[in-house]
Amino acid sequence: MYSFEPNEEQQMLIDAVGKFAENDLRPAAHDAEESRELPKKLVSKGWELGFLQASTPEAYGGFGERSAVTGVLALEEMAYGDLAGALAVLTPSLFATPVLLGGSEEQKQQYLPKIVGGDWAPYTGALMEMSFDFDPNALKTTAKAEGDKYILNGEKIFVPFAKDAEALIVYANLDGITQGFIVEKGSAGLSVSDEREKVMGLNALPMYRVKLENVSASRLGGASGHDFELILSAMRVASAAAAVGVARSSFEFAKNYAKERDAFGVKIAQKQAIAFFLAEMATEMEAIRLLTWEAAWKLDNNKEDAHTAAYLAQTGAADMAMMVTDRGVQIYGGHGYIRENPVELLMRNGRGFASLLGLVIL
Amino acid sequence: MTIDFEAPKPLVNMQTMLQTVAENMMRPTSREMDENEHAIPWDYIEFMHTAMRSMGGAGGLAPVEDKPKEGAEKRPPIGYQKLAVQIEMLAWGDVGYYLITPGGGLGAAAVQAAGTPEQKAKFLARFNDDKPTFAAMCMTEPGAGSDTSAIRARAVLDEKTNEWIINGEKIFVTAGDKSFTEYEKLGKGFIVVWASIDPSAGRAGMRAFVVEAGTPGVKITKLEHKLGIRASDTAAISLVDARVPFENVLGSPTVEKSTTGFKGAMATFDATRPLVAASGLGVARAALEFLKEKLKENGVEIRYGLPRQKLTNIEREVIDMEIMLKSSWLMVLKAVWMADNKKSNALESSMSKVKAGDVTTKVTQKAVEILGPLGYSREFLLEKWFRDAKITDIYEGTGQINRLVVARQILGYTGAELR
Repeated sequence: MYSFEPNEEQQMLIDAVGKFAENDLRPAAHDAEESRELPKKLVSKGWELGFLQASTPEAYGGFGERSAVTGVLALEEMAYGDLAGALAVLTPSLFATPVLLGGSEEQKQQYLPKIVGGDWAPYTGALMEMSFDFDPNALKTTAKAEGDKYILNGEKIFVPFAKDAEALIVYANLDGITQGFIVEKGSAGLSVSDEREKVMGLNALPMYRVKLENVSASRLGGASGHDFELILSAMRVASAAAAVGVARSSFEFAKNYAKERDAFGVKIAQKQAIAFFLAEMATEMEAIRLLTWEAAWKLDNNKEDAHTAAYLAQTGAADMAMMVTDRGVQIYGGHGYIRENPVELLMRNGRGFASLLGLVIL
Repeated sequence: MTIDFEAPKPLVNMQTMLQTVAENMMRPTSREMDENEHAIPWDYIEFMHTAMRSMGGAGGLAPVEDKPKEGAEKRPPIGYQKLAVQIEMLAWGDVGYYLITPGGGLGAAAVQAAGTPEQKAKFLARFNDDKPTFAAMCMTEPGAGSDTSAIRARAVLDEKTNEWIINGEKIFVTAGDKSFTEYEKLGKGFIVVWASIDPSAGRAGMRAFVVEAGTPGVKITKLEHKLGIRASDTAAISLVDARVPFENVLGSPTVEKSTTGFKGAMATFDATRPLVAASGLGVARAALEFLKEKLKENGVEIRYGLPRQKLTNIEREVIDMEIMLKSSWLMVLKAVWMADNKKSNALESSMSKVKAGDVTTKVTQKAVEILGPLGYSREFLLEKWFRDAKITDIYEGTGQINRLVVARQILGYTGAELR
């Protein structure tokens, strides 16, 4: 039976996350970007909303079940506040969710209670590599079996909070397929760059480059491994949901600005050139939002085409986010180009969705 | 309630059944109907009437609910969802055919949206009678398209006979011929004519009148020759001193200081815009499926899951088309789901039409482009679908008018503030 209405519990979460996004993330976003520093309190406050905790079963220290649908609803709200802040709050999921989705019982017991039971702690994941046609299913980082351990070699980029990470999931190519591997802090052969990564946006999120030289690691799911596609699709719908949040933020700013700004004796929103821009922004956002919801729902319900749906949602969301955030800047005109105004940062963040993957998971 | 994308069973069953109709009754004669404009496919009309009657749902655009089985749990209404699925599937078969599926169409939708219970009982029952029956909406005039407030047709009350006397010229009346001309094989249809009862009152003076088939003074003056949807008759109708009974006016017969009359028309559109969107998306899906089939025959596989940098241009185009089509369909579903659940859907309804107009046009254009001569040749139906598709962005409010409606809603502007 079709329905487009979040349930009561989801609505409560949306409201709580929305409040945090509006009152905490949003006001801090500009300074955090410029100073390349997120207030620590902000991240712990976001963590206390209990999103990851509520998606982890009781058996592993949480108090709920994972639902990609609930996830995309919450993430859109959080990313609407600020993308860098949202990604920072959710960074421990980059470790915990893959363990939940693909880990062995032992791995789940070993890590999950520790992560969800404690304060926010830097557990993270490393997927991306520096190649123009980066493909999560054809990684250059390699893994080789050696006894019951695996030996990793390669270089990973854009790894959030890698510097202080307690442990990280590193994705590597094992005989032609992608698998996740648990790498512990201080492992021999693991080196994290001193310098943080410098990218177009997301400057408040500390990301590092990680080198692996014969690093010994354990495979997610043990000897039999795991289904990487489940993890990949969980990353794809997360990316799509975050893109909708960023786009909505730009749309709202632009809409409010257009209703304030005078030109030729009227508000610019009263000009069809601007009004039509806004109508199209709203329409495209809604289209991708629904595509994302459906993909998440298909993942939750193990539908046959769930992975394709997640791929389509991510792909569509990247284009939509670029279109909407670009127009956000355009509607502000010259003022949109000035860093005092929020829309230029949203455009830089919006561009990222076509290039980034694995910085957030649901 | 919780977010759910599982299609209700009755919808899936209906879809399967209609696909058979589309494949067996529409597609084989699609080309013939395109090349013989104004021919009437009685087989199809009679078959559809019988089939829809047996499903209890003859009547066109008015939502019909299944009677719940005794003792069964009460289910939320899905009448509009059923219509959207039904229309998408029929349009996938052939949108021209779909437009001459017997039933009340926009005419009945207007009665449904603005009529009293008595009027609904009187005018809507006929669609379930023995013979297939049509109704149509007459709004557009030579000088009034999307700007419906420019309508010049007039209705004056003759107090002696208690009849309305209507004068005016109406054009682009979909199924106007089948609704008004008294064909032997058809039941008595009607047209709903929009006219002003008080030109000085502007939109507040606008009313809709039910004009029965064969009413003296009303004439079909022309059947248009069109780019596409050629199986569908598009009529020009003139009304010269046409008399209709007093009780055929939809809504209040007096002019108040409000725009209820006009709002009646707009309420019709809230209900029908997503359905028109659905009809476009059926055409787009047909085109996309044909494209993928031809590519496959030629050894071109679409490799989902690859980064864009590794895809060929054709793969990118197809993937983009799928994103457009799927997301657009979800917007239609949401809009009709809202209508079923009595949620105000003016915004969602118009957004779904904006999107579907774009998508239907783009998908069919791209499919023709990618297939080169196969796309342009009349050997295949694709070129016809491309021509059929274009109307989606025009009728029931052009893409531009719908953008205006969407913009007013999101900005909180009145028509005067955003013109």
